[in-house]
Amino acid sequence: MSDRNTTPLLEVKDLEVKYGNITALHGISFTVNQGEIVTLIGANGAGKTTTLHTITRLPPPEAPRLTGGDILFDGKSIVKTEPHDVVRKLHCALAPEGRHIFGNLTVMENLTLATYSREKGADLEKDYNEVFDLFPRLAERRHQRSESLSGGEQQMLAVGRALMSGCKFLMLDEPSMGLAPLLMYDMFRALKQLNQEGITILLVEQNAKLALDFAHRGYLLETGEIILSGNAAELMEDPDIHKAYLGH
Amino acid sequence: MDTLFQNLLNALQWGSFYSLIALGYTLVYGVLRLINFAHGDIVMVGAYIAFFIASALLGVYGGIPALPGWVVLALTIPITMVLTSVVGVTLERIAYRPLRRKGANRLYVVITALMAGLILENGNLLLLGASRKKFPELIDKVVYQFGPVSVTNLKIGVILTSILSFVILHMIITRTKAGMAMRAISYDKFAVPLMGIPIDQIIVFTFILGSSMAGLAGILFALSYPILDPYMGISIGWKAFIAAVVGGIGDIRGAFAGGFILGITEIMVVAFFPSSYRDLISFTILLLILTVKPTGLFGMPKTTKI
Repeated sequence: MSDRNTTPLLEVKDLEVKYGNITALHGISFTVNQGEIVTLIGANGAGKTTTLHTITRLPPPEAPRLTGGDILFDGKSIVKTEPHDVVRKLHCALAPEGRHIFGNLTVMENLTLATYSREKGADLEKDYNEVFDLFPRLAERRHQRSESLSGGEQQMLAVGRALMSGCKFLMLDEPSMGLAPLLMYDMFRALKQLNQEGITILLVEQNAKLALDFAHRGYLLETGEIILSGNAAELMEDPDIHKAYLGH
Repeated sequence: MDTLFQNLLNALQWGSFYSLIALGYTLVYGVLRLINFAHGDIVMVGAYIAFFIASALLGVYGGIPALPGWVVLALTIPITMVLTSVVGVTLERIAYRPLRRKGANRLYVVITALMAGLILENGNLLLLGASRKKFPELIDKVVYQFGPVSVTNLKIGVILTSILSFVILHMIITRTKAGMAMRAISYDKFAVPLMGIPIDQIIVFTFILGSSMAGLAGILFALSYPILDPYMGISIGWKAFIAAVVGGIGDIRGAFAGGFILGITEIMVVAFFPSSYRDLISFTILLLILTVKPTGLFGMPKTTKI
């Protein structure tokens, strides 16, 4: 693992956010280096999704108010960046929890829409082919209304869409949710492949074993605070994590 | 049979007005979940803008030599559509967007729309006074006779224009990325910025489309019924809104079909009953349609919008 880059791509520093008067994140800090796969694990309500939504800079009510700390991307603060510019200018995409695909559009339209603000002259044809190579099921169903896809296929579409937006940094929120085990491993194999092709990944998962198997490093989030961090292999051996999240 | 055809032509003309206006309601609803109750008054503003542009081009205010009527019409239509869009977009900017930014409940936005409509009506009254305006006649009336059925060039023009506008609008919604984004917003607003799409840009585009249709409806109406007053948009606006709901609000095919259904219902009621019963009977029929299909003809519960 020593060949991995240690230039931080994303640096979250003392991030504090609130929903109304309720503090959801109590000053968390973590970094994601260029080329890494980092996972945030933790139970329901720990603040994992909140963290991702805050990074995307979605406005309230979708994301909470940022009341302290800073988010640096490539060394620059993105706190004041508009959500569409996070995608367009920073090439930072989120495949959200629950997929949020546009069910009234076809698979192809979903992918096309994600290219809305790609720079002119981008080789879209190549990108479509890459997505279809990665997820051949999407190619078969490209003219189908995406509502009619199975859960696993919808998840593929959510990831495919993020790729079509031209992302170099991909955040995934519970990509394993609702997937049959076989599809789940397929999905993670695809993500691994993307990472090897140079995409940095921040993964949020409740399935801690799956996430740690797959990631380089991890952070354990509990009620809005990071209580543990380290290499994935170390975390896997940690007795507390073992007891609380791996369950045997 | 002949009177039936004659009535049908009138029905198609009124259906065209309703459809063009209903399209504006349905587009804005599809994207913002907002019933823009000021939309009928935007039609009135469109008619007045057309009045002033046409009068200016006819040389009424001096400065330029009078242009021939058809040139005036050809210029008035695009200029009015552009200026009416500016009014619609301005309304969005100063009335709706600030509320959206603050996360206001939809009810407040609808109330704001109603108030914006009243401001447009009364602002017009203040600026131009209560006297009505006579819209100039821009094209010579030609009557075509098909056996016992007669139809004017204007009527044909109105019907064809509305069909053409619908076809163009449908292409924009189904084929362009901005149109896809409009449909996407109506399905899942949350994920749209995640695609790198600036939502406000799409909302402005929606208001441009809707208001330019209102402007077009304003001109066509003024050409057909050339007396303008500040309250002319109220009744036709409400009816077009009902047409949009009957068609299935949020779906442009629904708005278009709903407009014609309302036009045909009204004219057919008048053909068989005293005309004072027109609204009573036609709205009873529409109510029945909604009772049978509460989501409107093209609406599907919680699926397609726009």
